[in-house]
Amino acid sequence: MITKRIIPCLDIRDGQVVKGVKFKDVKNVEDPVAMARFYNESGADELVFYDITATVEKRPLFTDVLKRVAAEIFIPLTVGGSINSLDDFDRVLKAGADKVSVNSGAIKNPRLISAAAEKYGDQCVVLSMDAARVDGAFHVFAKGGREDTGMDAVEWAVRGEKLGAGELVINSIDADGVRGGFDLPMLAAIAERVDIPIVASGGAGKKEDFLELFALPGIDAGLAASIFHFRQVDIKELKAYLSRNGVQMRL
Amino acid sequence: MIAGIDYGLGNLFSLISSLKALGAEAVVTSDAQEISRAERLILPGVGAFGDAMARLHSIGLDNLLQEQAASGKPLMGICLGMQILFEEGYEYGHHQGLGLIPGQVASLEADLRQSGYALKIPHMGWNALTIHQKDCPLMKNSHDGDFVYFVHSFYARDCDEYVVASAEYGLAVPAVVNNGNVYGCQFHPEKSGKVGLTILKAFIELEA
Repeated sequence: MITKRIIPCLDIRDGQVVKGVKFKDVKNVEDPVAMARFYNESGADELVFYDITATVEKRPLFTDVLKRVAAEIFIPLTVGGSINSLDDFDRVLKAGADKVSVNSGAIKNPRLISAAAEKYGDQCVVLSMDAARVDGAFHVFAKGGREDTGMDAVEWAVRGEKLGAGELVINSIDADGVRGGFDLPMLAAIAERVDIPIVASGGAGKKEDFLELFALPGIDAGLAASIFHFRQVDIKELKAYLSRNGVQMRL
Repeated sequence: MIAGIDYGLGNLFSLISSLKALGAEAVVTSDAQEISRAERLILPGVGAFGDAMARLHSIGLDNLLQEQAASGKPLMGICLGMQILFEEGYEYGHHQGLGLIPGQVASLEADLRQSGYALKIPHMGWNALTIHQKDCPLMKNSHDGDFVYFVHSFYARDCDEYVVASAEYGLAVPAVVNNGNVYGCQFHPEKSGKVGLTILKAFIELEA
């Protein structure tokens, strides 16, 4: 049977890995290719790259990073950040991405999801969302978590699946960077309503958080950045721990 | 030299990179002469069965691949490239395949449902191999329980004697198939880490 997945996420700005706490105060960690190599060796099941480069002029740096990583890391690569058109899909797929994650681009133009699914297949299209609690509901935020769209996160997930997204990445803004565990109530609310795989993001602080996460039905993967980047949690140890506790893992 | 067949379906970047990482000389081509000159052929593919066959036919590569396979040259199909090695496929209608391996390609979802399984489609992610034909040269350095990366919604069936390895997803899904010099991987060896590279290496080392 299919294993659960552990996915380190690399935020890339101007060709370098960065990681913010609650999306602010980004600080540099390391060279993306070196980090990808490290994660490949340590048993990551997939890598996610987000391009958070602010300017169009510096964007080619990201494509270059992607090509360099894809030329030597032979596990699935998912790429997101500033994906607004089929041309953007094309650009990153040709640079070695296997899946492309859309966020703000799909909020602006939901048909991007269906157009991309038709052209590249559902399995290629990942709908990623940043969500937070607003007045007792979960709202979708745009622009890297800065702007409340007023959209309900659960309904957006359901719509995304209908439009042809093959996977969801749910990033909890409330939990992100706090390391207090994944946002289980938010994840459960969404998992109850969709059938496609869900990647949980935001809040992982220790290995027990992942065990708790995978006890939740409908969750396929756990994504984290800083705890892996700063080697607070070792992926090999994490996977061995989860496996010992009954979670199917690729060891 | 290895020729990765380019017929407009699927991304060959990772495949070529992985072959190069293994020290093999590899090109991406749709040129008949170059394909004929190559020592080994890899047929990739992402998409639908009928579309893939139509594309191969439109550039005359369906006959060429059949001739090349008949000449004894090692040929490996990956993912959809494996599926079209079979005789026929039932994805959006009924289509003839290259007919290099007896069997057919059908909807995994329909057959899972019929067998009472409610599993997610596509069959996507890391799954473990069970090797049935341990003497297959493609598997010479592989082991039961090796994990490989799958992404597919259709699967090969009615081909039992050609199944080298399978992965359990409700049903025993054929993962590696072989008929003489023709091989197929349903999963992506170029995305399956060290285990995948080991299988590609075995293909490179097949006697040509």
